[in-house]
Amino acid sequence: MIPTKEQWLRALYERHGKERQNAFLSATVAVCGLGGLGSNIAIHLARAGIGKLILIDFDRVDITNLHRQQYKASQIGMYKTEALADNLREIAPYVELEAFTQRITQDNAIKLLASADIICEAFDDAERKAMLTDIVLTQLREKYLVAASGMAGLYDANSIKTRKITSKFYLCGDEESDVSDGIGLVSARVALCAAHQAIAVLRILAKQFEI
Amino acid sequence: MVKINGTELDIVGKTLAEYLATTNYDIKRIAVERNGDIVPKAQYGISVLRDGDSIEVVSFVGGG
Repeated sequence: MIPTKEQWLRALYERHGKERQNAFLSATVAVCGLGGLGSNIAIHLARAGIGKLILIDFDRVDITNLHRQQYKASQIGMYKTEALADNLREIAPYVELEAFTQRITQDNAIKLLASADIICEAFDDAERKAMLTDIVLTQLREKYLVAASGMAGLYDANSIKTRKITSKFYLCGDEESDVSDGIGLVSARVALCAAHQAIAVLRILAKQFEI
Repeated sequence: MVKINGTELDIVGKTLAEYLATTNYDIKRIAVERNGDIVPKAQYGISVLRDGDSIEVVSFVGGG
């Protein structure tokens, strides 16, 4: 049986404490790209009881995504925005969701991200990662960016880390392992990097800004 | 002197774009932090490096 909103909130307050949970509930977080990083980040944040998630991706679920992305075989062919929204509603039915099934570009990024407090960069293409970083940190200067670089291959888990680059910019990953080197992506390591990003978001909301 | 990723370099007066051209960095795959702020990509060509600047070049690699 699905709990009522009151029951869900009570359970969250019990686990996270009132002050911290209120900070999570009042936040809007955008997840840019819903692949291995973004699908995992969104699930962590929904479980934590974030107030609103903005989900952005242009792509559909493909069979080659299932080895690391939080979709089901039955969802192949669906837009990732719709498939992930379905999965998130099963996990945390009272998190507000807004989905944009489109590619983020120089022209639409500012409008798509306008209402977000914190933005998670979760693309897989290095040039698009750098593009979004440039837009957010130089044109949306009041917002935080939590980005990722380097989680490919089956390298040591402990090489994935979080660094604070500026007062608004956190970077997660090993900053080296590049999927274009043919080393592949493994679910556990991508999910680890996504967890670093989710923790960075929750720590910012809890006003724990230092690493 | 200008500190770049922890190394002091004698490149005062050069633009950021001129410095980057001497390196292996791919401009499309980096972000540059200068004294606590990110330098807009469109300003690399007019950002003149000053004595005492502290710069970090962050590289993005693919995968997500």
